[in-house]
Amino acid sequence: MNSWTPIASLEDIPRQGARIVATPEGAIAVFRTLDDRVFALLDRCPHKGGPLSEGIVHGARVTCPLHNWVIELDSGQAVAPDEGCVRRFPVRIEDGMVAIVLPDTLVGT
Amino acid sequence: MSKPKLVLIGNGMAGVRTLEELLKLAPGKYDITVFGAEPHPNYNRILLSPVLAGEKTLDDIVLNDDAWYTGHGITLHKGKKVVAIDRVRRCVRTEDGTVAGYDRLLLATGSTPFILPVPGRDLEGVVGFRDIRDVERMLEASEKHRYAVVIGGGLLGLEAANGLKKRGMNVTVVHLLDTLMERQLDKPAAGLLQRALENSGLNFKLEAQTEALLGEGRVRAVRFKDGSEIPADLVVMAVGIRPNIELAKAAGIHCERGILVSDTMQTFDPQVYAVGECVQHRGELFGLVAPLFEQAKVCANHLAEFGIARYQGSVTSTKLKVTGIDLFSAGEYQGGPGCEELLFQDPSRGVYKKLVVRDNKVTGAVLYGDTVDGAWYFQMMRDGTDISAFREHILFGQAHMGDSGHGAESHAVRLAEDAEVCGCNGVCKKTIVDAIIQKKLFTLDEVRTHTKASASCGSCTGLVEQILQSTLGSDYSVSPAKKPLCKCTDLTHEEVREAARTQGLKTIPELMGALGWRTPDGCHTCRPALNYYLLCQWPDEYRDDPQSRFINERVHANIQKDGTYSVVPRIWGGVTNPRELRAIADVAEKFQVPCVKITGGQRIDLLGVPKARLPAIWAELGKHGLVSGHAYGKSLRTVKTCVGKEWCRFGTQDSTTLGIELEKMTWGSWTPAKVKMAVSGCPRNCAEATIKDFGVVAVDSGWELHVGGNGGVKVRATDFLCKVQTDEDVMEYAAAYLQLYREEARYLERTAHWIERVGLPYVHSRLVDDAEGRKALCARFLASQRKAQTDPWAERAQGAEKHEFEPLTPQERNNHACIA
Repeated sequence: MNSWTPIASLEDIPRQGARIVATPEGAIAVFRTLDDRVFALLDRCPHKGGPLSEGIVHGARVTCPLHNWVIELDSGQAVAPDEGCVRRFPVRIEDGMVAIVLPDTLVGT
Repeated sequence: MSKPKLVLIGNGMAGVRTLEELLKLAPGKYDITVFGAEPHPNYNRILLSPVLAGEKTLDDIVLNDDAWYTGHGITLHKGKKVVAIDRVRRCVRTEDGTVAGYDRLLLATGSTPFILPVPGRDLEGVVGFRDIRDVERMLEASEKHRYAVVIGGGLLGLEAANGLKKRGMNVTVVHLLDTLMERQLDKPAAGLLQRALENSGLNFKLEAQTEALLGEGRVRAVRFKDGSEIPADLVVMAVGIRPNIELAKAAGIHCERGILVSDTMQTFDPQVYAVGECVQHRGELFGLVAPLFEQAKVCANHLAEFGIARYQGSVTSTKLKVTGIDLFSAGEYQGGPGCEELLFQDPSRGVYKKLVVRDNKVTGAVLYGDTVDGAWYFQMMRDGTDISAFREHILFGQAHMGDSGHGAESHAVRLAEDAEVCGCNGVCKKTIVDAIIQKKLFTLDEVRTHTKASASCGSCTGLVEQILQSTLGSDYSVSPAKKPLCKCTDLTHEEVREAARTQGLKTIPELMGALGWRTPDGCHTCRPALNYYLLCQWPDEYRDDPQSRFINERVHANIQKDGTYSVVPRIWGGVTNPRELRAIADVAEKFQVPCVKITGGQRIDLLGVPKARLPAIWAELGKHGLVSGHAYGKSLRTVKTCVGKEWCRFGTQDSTTLGIELEKMTWGSWTPAKVKMAVSGCPRNCAEATIKDFGVVAVDSGWELHVGGNGGVKVRATDFLCKVQTDEDVMEYAAAYLQLYREEARYLERTAHWIERVGLPYVHSRLVDDAEGRKALCARFLASQRKAQTDPWAERAQGAEKHEFEPLTPQERNNHACIA
């Protein structure tokens, strides 16, 4: 069964920025938008695996730093003309703490 | 709550284009109703000529089919003519009594062909050339009859004549004047055109005034003022168009020749907008598609209530759509007082080129027989490019300019079909051309959306635009001269900088708020630009916004394809010593750096460093006095040097010392794009100073200064700026030059492109002719450097921006209930 794991306080993630959480399945990028929404995606652009956490966050989107693919933070979908999708992870803010549901493998260990 | 209602009268190109633009900006803002008098969906009127000529079918030229209207929830009334507008009750009424209320009304009623007021004008077989119905009537006539007369030797008349001839008719073109297409061509070009058309089988009767059309029931002949007659079973009137303003006039909207509109495309009734051929703007009427599309964009902007766009008229160009005839004209093609004319004639090849030049800028062009460079000349016209540097070659065309001097422009036409245009997304020319034709694309944005070309790094944008132009003909070149900074705004780079300066806007949110940004926090294109502009404008006050910087600048290292980083320490003027080399070697070993490489700029690159280790590696390098080389930034990168007179048997000056001094003065300065400099100790130029942004070459009596070079995607040799005597002069010029570039170039514009845009004479006038201005620029540069010259590596090694480099760690909870 999955669980919510606190990973940081909201303030630890810069507005319009991201931090990463290392997991055995790869790094997960946790984004914070200008209006303090949080999103979590696998830190790999569906194009060539670029680290999305290093991209510029605008609105609820991030632009991959390698080739400027734009990814929707809420769905993980690439914005047209590009096509592709990156894995999402449930994330929420509770009592000022950001918590995510980590992949099963980590929780099980 | 119900949405406001928008009613469009006129289902043509301008009106529907406005809706398309509006749907992009503010989908779902209005309940939209469209009335079209024709029983067809929206089609591409420009392509009626190819339909007449049998080169295209009607289906080919439909732009938006019924499904498009349904898909966007638009109510479409085809074949319903609006006969009245009630501006008090805000509703429109059609012939058959349909009534629709509006909150905003858009008039796009187009124009009607002008029919000469001669006897016989009502006879059967007399048509205009305007819509599908006209084409159908012409096609019908061509099947049953033999003689066609086209009255009007303009663009449209010649296209109609060509089509009818291809349909097998015997065609005579009648024209009042002694030359064809007098609104687009000068006499020599018109003569060439007439000869070519005669050779293809058309007959001409020039300087002929039509007196009457003869016949009973159907037209039989045309009689002229001089008494002569020619047989005619079909008469096409193509003597001009008239804005269709009856409806607007009847509703009391102020009209002159067309419906008067302001720069916001509003009529005298602010609820009522008008676009297209029915409008009159600043005294001008419109008959080409490019201005209509620009108007559509502005109108949509206001309908969406962004309220920042203005229509300020258009520069247009024309191409004749007659197969086998290459003809292009644009701007003030006739020349006149204050103008110079550059001419090229090769009668045996049937080639004629004329450029009209004023103040070293192209203001008009007529090309006949070889129009390959039309798009290039047109671009220069709209950009106001200073041509003095390549004036002697300009008539030979872009292909003869070599690689130097032309930024991203290139020869789309001659490019092979399988040539890769967009390297990022692997798109070749054929894919782009096919998409433009099959998917009916008009703009760069559309090409990006459908093919991905130019959608990533954007370095191929110029080429893609050229392919668009060469595929569609210049009729379609709708990319406005004024290019917005990005999709978040309609303002240009210059307008944004100007606003920041004059309105004292000092943060990105302030700037976006004051200038009506469409997005809450911009995008990856505008934010870095705004961050730079504010940094440059307010060096003392602005606080850099790391989240508006590309990752390289945010973490002060170069991101590589695998997500690792590369580290390049600064090596002043390229001169190092065993201690520094040892330090670098030790660091490379200690941190197991997978690759150590000498860069193109005489520096050492440590490749493959994981992000988290960056602060540690920097700390170690810092201990040995090494600082950031800014090899990752839009900033001063390196100053390349040769060994100069100290070692070289040819060297005339101490280039190494000057290079080090230049680097010490300029390091850390943020610039619109990367900047490279070089100093060579003699004219042999071993430091390759003549392909650098700022190049210094020693001569016996001092230093030559060169500017605007580039060894990148498109090699460009520098322009010679001036000669100076002393090292101090070089420093002053370098600082002033960099500051001018910092203050005036667009973000991401290299000095090479900037100088091509503004012209070397301008840069010369600011730096060489104006000594006081130069000193002031230099002073501003040095003032801004006082804040800029801090080593970002040292700061981060001491813990600044720590969060950038450390991953988060999941925290365990007190109750581990979920962990089995």
